[in-house]
Amino acid sequence: MTARVGVVTFPGSLDDKDAARAVSLAGAEPVPLWHDDADLKGVDAVVLPGGFSYGDYLRCGAIARFAPLMSELVPAARSGALPVLGICNGFQILCESHLLPGALTRNSSLRFVNRDQVLRMENTRTAWTNDYEEGQEILVVLKSGEGSYVADEATLDRLESQGRVIARYVGANPNGSRRDIAGVTNEHGNVVGLMPHPEHAVEALTGPSTEGLGFFTSILSHLAAGAPAHA
Amino acid sequence: MSEVPGLDTVATAHDTPDAPQPYAELGMAKDEYERVHEILGRRPTAAELAIYSVMWSEHCSYKSSKVHLRQFGEKAPENGALLVGMGENAGVVDVGDGRAVTFKIESHNSPSFVEPHQGAATGVGGIVRDILTMGARPVAVMDALRFGPLEADDTKRVLPGVVSGISFYGNCLGLPNIGGEIGFGPGYLGNPLVNALCVGVMRHEDIKLAQAPGPGNKVVLFGSTTGPDGIGGASVLASANFDEESHAKRPSVQVGDPFMEKLLIECSLELYAQDMVVGIQDLGAAGISCATTELAAGGTGGMNVQLEKVPLRDHRLTPEEILMSESQERMMAIVEPGKMADFLAVCDKWGIVATEIGEVTDVTPEEAERGGRLVMTWHGETIVDMPPRTASDEGPVYERPYTRPKDQDALQADDAAELPRPQGDTELRDQLLRVLGAPGVGDPTWITQQYDSYVRGDTVLSTPHDSGMIRISDDSDRGVALSTDGNGRFTRLDPYVGTQLAYAEAYRNVATTGARPLAVTNCLNFGSPEDPEVMWQFAEATRGLADACQQLGTPVTGGNVSFYNQTGEVPINPTPVIGVLGVIDDVNTRLRSGFDSEGSRVFLLGTTRPEFGGSAWADVIHEHLGGLPPQVDLAAEAALGEVLVTAAEQGLAVAAHDLSDGGLGVALAESALRGGKGLRVELDGDAFTELFSESGARAIVAVEPGREEAFVALAGEHGVPITQIGTVGGDGLTVTHPGGVVEVGLDELRTSYEAAIPTVMDGV
Repeated sequence: MTARVGVVTFPGSLDDKDAARAVSLAGAEPVPLWHDDADLKGVDAVVLPGGFSYGDYLRCGAIARFAPLMSELVPAARSGALPVLGICNGFQILCESHLLPGALTRNSSLRFVNRDQVLRMENTRTAWTNDYEEGQEILVVLKSGEGSYVADEATLDRLESQGRVIARYVGANPNGSRRDIAGVTNEHGNVVGLMPHPEHAVEALTGPSTEGLGFFTSILSHLAAGAPAHA
Repeated sequence: MSEVPGLDTVATAHDTPDAPQPYAELGMAKDEYERVHEILGRRPTAAELAIYSVMWSEHCSYKSSKVHLRQFGEKAPENGALLVGMGENAGVVDVGDGRAVTFKIESHNSPSFVEPHQGAATGVGGIVRDILTMGARPVAVMDALRFGPLEADDTKRVLPGVVSGISFYGNCLGLPNIGGEIGFGPGYLGNPLVNALCVGVMRHEDIKLAQAPGPGNKVVLFGSTTGPDGIGGASVLASANFDEESHAKRPSVQVGDPFMEKLLIECSLELYAQDMVVGIQDLGAAGISCATTELAAGGTGGMNVQLEKVPLRDHRLTPEEILMSESQERMMAIVEPGKMADFLAVCDKWGIVATEIGEVTDVTPEEAERGGRLVMTWHGETIVDMPPRTASDEGPVYERPYTRPKDQDALQADDAAELPRPQGDTELRDQLLRVLGAPGVGDPTWITQQYDSYVRGDTVLSTPHDSGMIRISDDSDRGVALSTDGNGRFTRLDPYVGTQLAYAEAYRNVATTGARPLAVTNCLNFGSPEDPEVMWQFAEATRGLADACQQLGTPVTGGNVSFYNQTGEVPINPTPVIGVLGVIDDVNTRLRSGFDSEGSRVFLLGTTRPEFGGSAWADVIHEHLGGLPPQVDLAAEAALGEVLVTAAEQGLAVAAHDLSDGGLGVALAESALRGGKGLRVELDGDAFTELFSESGARAIVAVEPGREEAFVALAGEHGVPITQIGTVGGDGLTVTHPGGVVEVGLDELRTSYEAAIPTVMDGV
């Protein structure tokens, strides 16, 4: 049976169509999920796409956290059962929901930045990264105004020691993220937050590469293996 | 007397025929005011005066430009692709497969000077709503920008603000920014130009029009609430009729909320898909005045509106202020009564406030003859009773006098060919790098990397390529390409030729990426129409564009005029920005501008003449503007376009780049930098002329070994001069010429190309 991967649309979600396309290209069935319905429709995994949910009012992701859908999603994700990938605004929502530690703050340039960005994959044992090789460099898209990952030193040290940094920026740090962190995972390896956009690097015609597709094929491999990932 | 203190009702207007009215403060001429008297058979109420003053303003009525713009219709070429022409919110063209695209460019110049961030942001918002109103899903934006000299203090205020405004609004809407252009010049210091373009895609049957048919249908206002923003003139009315103490400070620049606009887009598209609207209009300039009069005039002619039902964010607003408010993110729909409940349910799903404020009415034949009947009440009292067509379609039309500028002959006689030219290879090399790095020629990445170009996942080409290109849907290989171009220096030297050159450049840019040019939009930025010399520039420019479009078979589908771009008596260089849209059958065949295939042959298409008037070289090296612009040869542009499009279709070319600002030298450098490969070039003629001339109808093309013969044959077939000038390879740009050799490494090219804007804006 084809894996069913939910893609959530909040008011202000922008990359939901793109995430659904990436899910399709990877061979899974994208299932639209609506922020206002506390119903996960029995999906096997969920993508929280990029955008400006609720206009990013208050703080990026701060209001989305309270959406009815999140009341279903958060416990399932926290337990390690439901794989969730948060991209950009989705990463911000995961942090605001305390599914991932740390926070995303204004870029150090104080400007929105859109660029093709090389990442180095560091943890390839998660539900969303297992199709990559450790140390592999991939070219994806970074486009965000508040993409600077921050956490206190103890948290950063803990993330490092537990291997929970999944990807780092290669080359000049594009946004001031601590320790060049582009993405992190939770202790179960089922929840991954990533500031850059792998869903924009899935077609040679429209993306800088097709190297972002691995996030979406990884979840299929993970589900096919039938076992929870371990960080 | 009215129940509401100070309310100027129709009855009051009858009773007090001689009450003084501030028509002049509202920008209305005495004879215009008198015409309103004639139409109504009495003096207008304050609300009616508000409506007429905004609807008959230059901005809304095109009263100075109309007689010239008519040529776009009169000279329109036969073109079966045009589904909706000028006059609607935006033109619509057929792109095949049952799909249509709609596109338009519009200015937001003055607000962007006053408050750059919000001014530019709401410019994007406005044009996106125009496209949405046609029934299309907006799929991309681009923008043409002009600023004062880069180093000027005020440019450091205006440029980052404009860019952050476009970035903030466009990014938050989820619309990729796929291109545009940027220029700098002294005249734009107090008159920056912010021209925003949007393109949308729909199926033929989804086209919506601004109309209000069917008596009994409901008039629904949805989107943001109405506030005091963007009200300029209304305060005059207010102070004339109301206690001044009751009025808060009013910002004259509108404030944008892109989140609301994003919801409005999704909500409207869902309403369209469920066939819930019979007519629709966005609220832009002139707000409710414009939407009600235009919808009514486009329908039965009759409409009743209860103005007090308009949801307000400031309860102190007077009826006149409500009519004139330019609060953003609002739409007006005409809805059948039986569909109201479902309409409101869709709005509710998206968290959009929707309010029924009136209904479509029938009119008598006599009323129809007069221009329909729009009645508005305020808590039961009639404050508007007027024929809407007289405001929306029958505004004043002026034949402004025009005269060739006194300095035009002297300007054209000041030939740039007389300027000192570089002596020797060192100077040639130095001048090439200076032109390459000049603001407006050099790298715009500091600006464009603040825009999301990837969202929606259909962007095939974006900045820095010659045109932006969008795949129109996931299930089709069809695409549309768009380019905007304008060159105020050329247009100043000869507005007729300069406008045709702008058009030709946009046409060429589209063809260079492999798309066939199909239709045109324009944003005409000029000084005051009351200055006969400016009016001459305008008359020449419009004549030039209409003639060019007729000759190359691309109709003008719509556009916008921006007058009064001047500081004191000094107008900007006339800056018509021309947008050309093209169609490509298979986006996989598109051509990029970077030459990255080692060993490919480099060909120059077209004829290079010693043409330096208005060139980037004359401007950058000598700060000179004089002489004549390059000749325009539209037949040569069409032939070049055919060669480029065919080469792309047949896979004969691997990359191509058009020649424009800076000429061949800049084009070679850009193609080398974007491809990350050097170029070895040999030129037979005078190196200076070859490198810096800005003759039109030229492009460079990279062709893989083995295909040269076929490509040369193709050019020959279309009578396009072709020269093999070099090969892709090496570590830099090497130009060998009869007098010597110029060599620049890629790193040095890159440093020169990229430095200008970051150096000034970041101080690095």
